[in-house]
Order: sequence, then structure tokens, then C-alpha cells
Amino acid sequence: MRPILMKGHERPLTFLKYNRDGDLLFSCAKDHTPTVWFADNGERLGTYRGHNGAVWTCDVSRDSMRLLTGSADQTVKLWNVQTGTQLYTFNFGSPARSVEFAIGDKLAVITTDPFMDLTSAIHVKRIAKDQTEQTEESLLVIKGPQGRINRAVWGPLNRTIISAGEDAVIRIWDSETGKLLRESDKESGHKKTITSLTKAADGSHLLTGSLDKSAKLWDTRTLTLIKTYGTERPVNAVAMSPLLDHVVLGGGQDASAVTTTDHRAGKFEAKFYDKILQEEIGGVKGHFGPINALAFNPDGKSFSSGGEDGYVRLHHFDPDYFNIKI
Amino acid sequence: MAAEVVLMNEVESKAAQLGIDLSVDLNSIQLPPGENFGIVSDDEDVYLDDQLEFDSGFGNVIVVDNLPVVPREKFEKLEGVIRKIYSQIGVIKEDGLWMPTDPETKKTLGYCFIEYNTPQEAELAKEKTNGYKLDRSHIFAVNMFDDFDKYMRVPDEWAPPEIKPYTPGENLQKWLTDEKARDQFVIRAGTDTEVLWNDARQSKTELVYKRTYWTESFVQWSPLGTYLATVHRQGAAVWGGATTFNRLMRYAHPQVKLIDFSPGEKFLVTYSSHEPSNPRDANRVVINIFDVRTGKVMRDFKGSADEFSVGGAGGVAGVSWPVFRWGGGKADKYFAKLGKNMISVYETDIFSLIDKKSLKVENVVDFSWSPTDPILALFVPELGGGNQPARVSLVQIPSKAELRQKNLFSVSDCKMYWQSNGDYLAVKADRYTKTKKSTYTGFELFRIKERDIPIEVLELDNKSDKIIAFAWEPKGHRFAVIHGDNPRPDISFYSMRTAHNTGRVSKLSTLKGKQANALFWSPGGRFIVLAGLKGFNGQLEFFSVDELETMATAEHFMATEIEWDPTGRFVATAVTSVHEMENGFNIWSFNGKLLYRILKDHFFQFLWRPRPPSFLTPEKEEEIARNLKKYSKKYEAEDQDVSMLLSEQDREKRRKLKEEWDKWVSEWKQTHEEENLERQKLRGGEASDEEEEYEAKEVEVEELLDVSEEVLPFEE
Repeated sequence: MRPILMKGHERPLTFLKYNRDGDLLFSCAKDHTPTVWFADNGERLGTYRGHNGAVWTCDVSRDSMRLLTGSADQTVKLWNVQTGTQLYTFNFGSPARSVEFAIGDKLAVITTDPFMDLTSAIHVKRIAKDQTEQTEESLLVIKGPQGRINRAVWGPLNRTIISAGEDAVIRIWDSETGKLLRESDKESGHKKTITSLTKAADGSHLLTGSLDKSAKLWDTRTLTLIKTYGTERPVNAVAMSPLLDHVVLGGGQDASAVTTTDHRAGKFEAKFYDKILQEEIGGVKGHFGPINALAFNPDGKSFSSGGEDGYVRLHHFDPDYFNIKI
Repeated sequence: MAAEVVLMNEVESKAAQLGIDLSVDLNSIQLPPGENFGIVSDDEDVYLDDQLEFDSGFGNVIVVDNLPVVPREKFEKLEGVIRKIYSQIGVIKEDGLWMPTDPETKKTLGYCFIEYNTPQEAELAKEKTNGYKLDRSHIFAVNMFDDFDKYMRVPDEWAPPEIKPYTPGENLQKWLTDEKARDQFVIRAGTDTEVLWNDARQSKTELVYKRTYWTESFVQWSPLGTYLATVHRQGAAVWGGATTFNRLMRYAHPQVKLIDFSPGEKFLVTYSSHEPSNPRDANRVVINIFDVRTGKVMRDFKGSADEFSVGGAGGVAGVSWPVFRWGGGKADKYFAKLGKNMISVYETDIFSLIDKKSLKVENVVDFSWSPTDPILALFVPELGGGNQPARVSLVQIPSKAELRQKNLFSVSDCKMYWQSNGDYLAVKADRYTKTKKSTYTGFELFRIKERDIPIEVLELDNKSDKIIAFAWEPKGHRFAVIHGDNPRPDISFYSMRTAHNTGRVSKLSTLKGKQANALFWSPGGRFIVLAGLKGFNGQLEFFSVDELETMATAEHFMATEIEWDPTGRFVATAVTSVHEMENGFNIWSFNGKLLYRILKDHFFQFLWRPRPPSFLTPEKEEEIARNLKKYSKKYEAEDQDVSMLLSEQDREKRRKLKEEWDKWVSEWKQTHEEENLERQKLRGGEASDEEEEYEAKEVEVEELLDVSEEVLPFEE
């Protein structure tokens, strides 16, 4: 499994997203241009120019026609995937940290950072089918959690929104009323900032990665803790294989300490764990900075990682991988 | 304020009326004797020790006896003389000199008391002036004031000592009889000290004994593994036992810094260094030699640090430890100390110098004992600008006869390496080149066990190579040298034998460009770990010298310590807290397979418990080696059993986990199905949310491309 190195970004990677068919890979970085690649051979397909700040996040619609990107320039932009033209720009008073289309692509959830005197917030926007009818107004704005909200995703049937962030608590909100429905248990939960959150392919469970050097698997409905995966370094990114019962954790020592120590000390590996047995299976080395983003191809036969080093590494699994027995 | 006082008085008077005692005197509260209300003090011993130390508080007072008896007129003069003598040694306290007189005759009584500022000064004064001859008939007898009590208590009549009935002790070597033939090691991390079994079969450790704050500085095994020594402020202690660790003996030595066992673990040497009272003086050094089993001080040495630091780094950095080096193998018969122009060799039978005098050797700077025989190798450097060559001699003890001598010319430095059986001695000599600008290295190899001790000179293929490390194969005839000036030096292996047994040294092989700077032979020989510590970040190469091939290469990032277990089956590599990297240790098999790793913050020490030499006769050992197959069968079967059992347990656990998960998933699947319709609606009718079900149908299509007619002639 020789990885394909995709050098298209000039700054650290922030987010990776495959489309539903698994043929396109969207990457976001602290440079201002989200990029789309062929997920098969790593060829660069195009860029989306228009943002004026680090791009933190993106999501692509089910039909792979529209791309939503959230940036530190305090905007969220809607793009035509094929042509790269801007369809609409949502303006906020603070940087947008995460975006996600709802089931049906008619709604999107956007989180914004605390900035100046604004607190962090979760916004729900309507995404119009016809571009000319698109409006700025939010259907719902949820405020409350302290500190940054690093990720917010839709719960089952778009009825809830699940958020996690700096205060290390996972919360479930009613997506209609904005009422807080559930909070993760403080005892069993994370002890430090939750950096990443990803849903299983069927949405039944979710995986969170935290700076407390662990990743945890939760029931999406009840928020009961199912599994914990311990590691040696802060976790920046998590991903779940849609095919096998594997989870991948990426991270590494703090970026500010990287230059003062040997790269082998940083643990910049993508670590594979057995989802059920919670045991480490293996690791994929290569990055020379912390891993900031991970994504699995929906077919489960390849995955990609994006690092602080500015590279995207695309890995197609060897046949051996599918026969791992522990 | 006043009002309050009045109030207080009122309360008190009221209390007095009612007969209540309000005053609480903390000193009056005492626990019943022997009762501690279940609170066991860890420091109980400490407390007792301190009590002993400072009981009378007269530790700084000495009594000088055998003074002249003088009339009143001469009192002043005598006092002046005494004051002069004793103020040279230390500061006498104000009014610290008291010479009592007979109230009737006004004559002195022939003794006086002197009080110093510190007990150390008093001790020194006692040592220096006891036996001082003032004149022919007045020889001072000096004693510590505190000792008087002790002497007074000696009964006038001799009573035969009570013979205590013999009580058998625990089997201190029980650990050697472990069913699974495992080895133990001790680790110190944070405040905890743990003794663990190395259970390599199950790739884990098993706790033997753990104790928090077991030692105040470090721990050390005795050379045969019988005892574990701990070091405290009040002295050292040794621990051992059949199943756990009990304290067997304590050795009082305040502020002990370093300890050293004799090779046969009969004696323990303890060392401490004390700040001098006068900052211009060197530190005062106290060395005690204890009998390990009885705890008795066999001999003590006191003096200034200068006296104990000859030959070391010029006496600036303090003493070079161990000050006393033990000779004569495991019999613990001799120990020796390097002095100025001499080597002082002591006998343990009488604990004094052999023949009552030291071995005089002009300008000797270094010596070392053969590990097995009472033979000393000593080194005298070049003198007189090269007129008198440097010399290495072998000296037999106790006869002090010189067995062999070798003069070495234009040598700048010398190091001596003994092979573990005392068969060979390698002397590494750094010589100046003709220009005297640089040095090159050669080896003088002594064959101790052969007649007349032949010496052979060995020079490397490339003479100018710097020698980075040298190591003999334990119990063997081979040695390894790391040499070279490159960042990646070469490693060469030599044998003291040649193929035809002609008794010449021969080179076996050279490995080029290795990332190594340290050599670690297996205690059984044959295998060696070539390690790159420090600058090489912990590179490890497990090398078989018999086959001359690398068995495995590995890395323990930033490893600081490497130690073979005493049987040569496992290797431990550790990162101790000198490094800010991840602390902890790895256990490897002899051939370089990582068995397990354990991370511990603030990791200080890792020490394998040494084993005594095998009790089997050489013939028996050979027999076992020959029939190894027969013996190993039993262990192989055990190995298999263990791994089977392990996997059985594991499988059971995994099966449970899987079942739980499957149950959970199936529940979820159901709800997911139920919601399928709603999801469809959300999508605006778009079919299913799962991957669209493709159905691959093989369709055969026939297409007519061309039709042509041809008439074939029909042949008859």
C-alpha cells in the first residue's frame, strides 16, 4: 500500500470529505482554497476560490452537485461542485467551524466560533433547491455551550443536532425547538476538548476524539458510552470504516512542540483499532506533523489523512488488510 | 480588649465553681504505652535512630586523660598548652575547656573536658590526639564523653555469653526455584519501588512486592541476588526473603551516599561525605565496611576527601567510586585502595593491611583486580618526559610478587579490561604518534592462565581509528571493539584463538558503518546487542557472534539503559527520567523480538536480580547441553499449554464483546428499518438511503456484422 501524496495545499490541512459515491475527495486547509481530487488516483480536479481565510470544514450534497464550505473569513459558501462557481454566501459575525447537510439536503447545520463579544452558536439554515430563492435567515440559532463548538451533526431523521467542542461535553439538541435534550456523562466522558466527531455510516453510533488522548464511541440516541480507545497522544481526527469494524485515530503532539523533538517522538501515525475489542491493530506512518483530518472512502477500501505538514496522503488498502484477524 | 479579658475571667471562675478544668495542656495528653490508636508511623525507626544519636547531647565533648597533675601555679600554663593543641583541630567553644581541680590540694586531677562546636570536630580530635605523647610519662587517652557511659557499664566480672538457640532463617534463594524459571527485576518509578517477575511467556510482569518510599535515593541488588539494598538518610538496609521482602539487616551510616557490595556479598561498603567545618578544607569522608549478615562494622575509614581521591580526576571531583576494589573472586578475601605512590591491600580475615604495609609503587595511577584470582594489574604512566616508560604489571597477592611486567613507550593513557573468567587481560594503550600531535590505539593482550603469561600486541587494521567501546565475551574467548571516526563507526570481532588453536589472536569479522556506540554481551556469550545510545537515539542490533549475522534490528527510541537478564534470555531497554521522552522499559527476547513494553512516568531504575553461579558441576552442564532436546521437551510442552490457555481466555472475552456488540447493532438495525420510510420522505421520495442495489445481469447480445457467400469447390 504505497500512499499517494497529494501536495496541493500550502498550509496545514483542516478537513477531508468524500462524496457519497466515493469518487471525489474534498480537502480543506488553512490556505483559502478548498480543493477537490479524484479519490482513486489523487489527481487534482479543481479548486474553489473565493474564501478569504482558513477553511475549516466542508460538506457535499448527496447528489455531489453542491459543496458547502465554512471558513474563518466568517462566511459559509455554497458552491457548484462541477463548475466551481459560488452559488451563495452566508455571512456570520464570527468564523464558521463546521457545516453539515441534513438528510435530504434541504437544511444545513453550521457552527460558529466565539468571537469578540459573540458567543459560539449553532445555526440551522434552509438550503433552497432553487438558488434564486436562497435566503440568509436562520431557522434556528442555539447558544449555550462554553467555548468553541468544534463539530455539530444531524441526528437520526434530522430531529436532533449533536454537538461537541471545547467544554468536552457532547450535547443533543432538538432541531426544531433548540431545546437541550441530553448531555454526555461527565464521569465517563472526555476530560479535555473534543476535537472531532464522526457518525457511523448508518448513524447509529458516533465516534469522538479528544485532546485527553482518547477516542470514545457513543450511542447516537441515548448518548451512552459504548467503547473507549486509548492512545498516547492527543487525538485530532477520527474516522470509522464503513466496511469493517475498525476505527482510525489521528493526532500527535502539539504542533508547537514538533520542531523541538524528533519526528519519531511525535506519534504522527494514523492508528487503527478494532472497534469492538478496542485493541490496536496497526498504524500508518508517514506524516511529519500531527494529523488534523481523516476520512474513509464510503466503500471502505481506502482512506486519506491530512496533516499539519500540508500533505494529504491517500491510502488504498492492500488485500491483507481485509483479512486482518486478531 | 479589657472587656474580653474580664469575660474570660468570668468564664474561668464560673468553670472553677462548677469544677470544670478548662486548661488543656497538650503535654499532659499521653497515649497509653504501646497504644497508637491504629496509626502506624512509618518513621518509627527513624525516630528511634534520632533518639539514640542525640540522646545525651554531649557528642561534641571529649575527655582527655593522662594529663600531668600540676599545682595551682602551673594551672594556667598547662591549660594554655592544651588549648593550643586542641584548638588546632577545631573551634573550642567559649568556656569549652574545663580542667577540674582537687578542692583540697588545688592540684589538677589529670584530666580535662573539651567541648567543640560540632561532634565531627570532637571525633576528629579524638582520633588525632589519642595516644599523643606530651612527654615520656604522659600519653593522652582521649575518649568521647558519650562513650564513658558505655565503658562504665562493662561489668567487672566476665559472664559467659548466652548462647541463643538456632532459629532457621528463611530461604533467601527461594526465587531461584521458580516453577517457570523466571527472573526477577526491580524498578523504581515515582515514589514506588516494585519487584516484578518477568513472565515472558505471557508477555507481562507479575508483581512480587511493591512498596512506596522504599528507599530515599536508590536500590541495588547484592552481586549474587540474595539481597536488595535500600539507601536512607540513617544508613543502608538489606531486604530479602522466601516469598516477600523483609528487612534483614540495617547498617547505620548517617547521610550515606554510595554503597558497594563485595563480590561474594559478605561485606557492604558504605560511603558518605560531609561538609567540612572550615570551607578551605576538603570534605570529610567516612567509609564503613559492614559484615552483611551480622551488621557489624568490620572497619571504618575516616579522613579528608583528598586522601581517598588519588588517581581519580586529580582529586577535584571527589572520590572515584568504588574506593575499595574487591579482589580474589567470590571469596571476598582482599580489598584494595589506590593511594599516593602505593596500593593498600587489606585482608578480610584481619581487616588490616597485608604484612602491615601497603604495596609501594611509585606514581601508580590505576589498578584493577582479576575477577577470579588474587592478581592485581596496575598501571604506571610515563615519567620524565619519556625517559622512564609507562608500565603495566601483574602482581600476585598476598605474596606481592610481580608475575609479569610490560613496558610501554610513548603512551598517553591506558585502560585495563579483564575477561570475566580472569583468563585474559586486555590493556588498551593510547600512544602518541611520532609528531606527538595525535594518538592511536593498540591493545596488549595478556593470557593469564598460560605459562609465563604471554603477551600479544594487537593493532587495528586502520591504526588511527578511535576506539569507542571494547567488551570481552563473558566466559568466552572473543571480544568486540567499536572503532572509527565516522559518525557510523565499524565494529570488529576478534578471537583469542585461531582455527588451529595456535594461540594467536585472530579477527573474525568487521561490520562496517553501524549506528552503535555501546556493546552489551549476553551473560552467556554468543550474542551481543550493538546499541546506539544517546546520539543514535536508541538503535539496537541483536547480533549472533557464532553465526556472525544480525538476528534483528530494532529501536527503543531514546533508550538510556540496556541490561541483559542474568540468564541471557532477555534484554531490557529503558528510558529513565534523565530524558523527557516517554519513560518506561521494553523487554526483548535474546534475538530481538519485542515481548512487551511498559510505560511509567518518572522512571528511575531498572535492575535485573542477579543469579549466583550455577550449582551444577561443569560435567553436568555439559551433559545437559548435549541432551538439550530431551530436557527442552518438557518446557516446550509447558510453553504450548500457556499459550493455549491464554488464547482460550482471550477468545472467551472476545466472543462476549462481539456478542454484546452484535446485539446492540441488531437492535439499532430494527429502528433504522422502521425509520426508512420517513427518511425517504425527507429525501423527497428518493429511493433508499442505503447503497442502491445493483443487480448484475449477464446479457448475451448477438450481432450480425456481415454476411458473405463463398462457393467451395467440391472435390472428388
